[in-house]
Amino acid sequence: MTPLETVHLAHNKVSLALHRVRDGQGRPLLLLHGLGEDSSRMASMDIAWPGPVWALDFTGHGQSTVPMGGGYSCEILMADADVALRHIGACTVLGRGLGGYVAFLIAGARPSLVRGAVITDGPGLAGGPVHVSSTTEIAAVPRAGTAPDPWAIIELSRDARPATYALTFLRLAMHETDLDEPITSCARVSPPWLEAITPEAGVLTGVTVQEALDIYSAV
Amino acid sequence: MNSHTEERTFPGARRPDRTTRHDAGGVGISVYEWGKESDPVLFLVHGGSDFARTFDVFAPLLAAGGWRVVSWDHRGHGASDHAALYGWDADIRDALSVMASITDAPAPVVGHSKGGALMLQLCDGSPYRISKMVNIDGMPSKRRMPDVPDHDQSRMLANEIGGWLDFRHEAGASIRKPGTLEELAARRGKMNPRLSKEWLEYLVSVGAQRSEDGWRWTLDPSMRFGGFGPWRPEWSSLRMAALTIPFLGFLGTVDEPMGWGARARDVKPWLPAGGRLEVLDGVGHFIHIEEPDHVAGAVLEFLS
Repeated sequence: MTPLETVHLAHNKVSLALHRVRDGQGRPLLLLHGLGEDSSRMASMDIAWPGPVWALDFTGHGQSTVPMGGGYSCEILMADADVALRHIGACTVLGRGLGGYVAFLIAGARPSLVRGAVITDGPGLAGGPVHVSSTTEIAAVPRAGTAPDPWAIIELSRDARPATYALTFLRLAMHETDLDEPITSCARVSPPWLEAITPEAGVLTGVTVQEALDIYSAV
Repeated sequence: MNSHTEERTFPGARRPDRTTRHDAGGVGISVYEWGKESDPVLFLVHGGSDFARTFDVFAPLLAAGGWRVVSWDHRGHGASDHAALYGWDADIRDALSVMASITDAPAPVVGHSKGGALMLQLCDGSPYRISKMVNIDGMPSKRRMPDVPDHDQSRMLANEIGGWLDFRHEAGASIRKPGTLEELAARRGKMNPRLSKEWLEYLVSVGAQRSEDGWRWTLDPSMRFGGFGPWRPEWSSLRMAALTIPFLGFLGTVDEPMGWGARARDVKPWLPAGGRLEVLDGVGHFIHIEEPDHVAGAVLEFLS
């Protein structure tokens, strides 16, 4: 799907590509892709949303800058999402895999701007081990400098996501919102961080992605 | 690069014998060596917000003991490239890249502060690269949390995360504030309150960059001290406990802004088998700068 518009937003030394993929009236929807994917994967999702729909390419993915030498973290991708939020304003966020975790983080970091975060299955949903682990020695990668950045795939597939950390972000998401359930998990896969938050107040489960979007578009 | 037109002197300080540039996966890393190239290699690893030339007194003492001392500026620090991204694994990868460019044989490492903690993780993942480890106040342990209610902690963390995100919006355009050599030394003195004015001014002269409007520290302004994230300091303790190489740790007893706040009682239960911890009373975080002769002597004896 060809975007209606692509804007390039500065995040430190990285240029982020943010695509407007659909027009509409009302609150925007921001789409966050999975690990190793790009915005086109999200733009082709069969979903209905009344407002404009935007899709972001994370650092090292799609049309965004591929930095040299890696150094990725989910917190940096959360800041990518925050750069997009500043451009499009308060919105609902739908994330797939890694994008689902980042949607959850940004819901905790900007609870007054994120009007519902929807988590779905996809690459990078799990993250790495939640206990101390040894680091594999990898000094160089093929395809360095090209998207999707192999360093992103290596580093973001093994970043730690302890349950306590996830619970802290859920607490933050509940801190300054009028939504009863600012987080919805539609994922069938349940890694430890997601398993930790799903029984908690503020997390909706048992609905489809479309049902979640319908709920958030109505509030 | 640094201007040496105003390089100060400091008793015992000696500029590196060799300075080279290393390409670590597209990130340019400045590498420094003291001592004869034919001597056995010893790696020296600086801490966060620091740079290799802070070893200008300590490294020559080790080199005089018969070691080829190799250090480097971490990405974003000193004269190394400012990268787009920074992270613990990236620092370890850069370290491995530099170390492998010098030798693939096991070599001893001396790490200070974050450099020590990085080496604990590097040794855990690549034990065949390190023969002995000296760790100078780089043994983070579980943080002592302030006694504040949950809702206050939530607000503090929300402010911290929000502040960090706000900072990220402007980080790309931020530049370090210029000043005179003395002003920069005074600024660093706030983080290094126990180090002498003469030493801090020496550091400015070898570690800052001079331009028409004054001196600037070269540390990438997009990096921010402190922060938040999933990393848990006690993971370093677990890695330390699992080491199988000879280990010598140093701790001071005086807390400083750039230190971990680790106490001997926090560290001792996690020392590796046969490991030794030396605690220096009345010394701060920069033990090797406050007591260079003592620490270098102990290190040389440990390595002999």
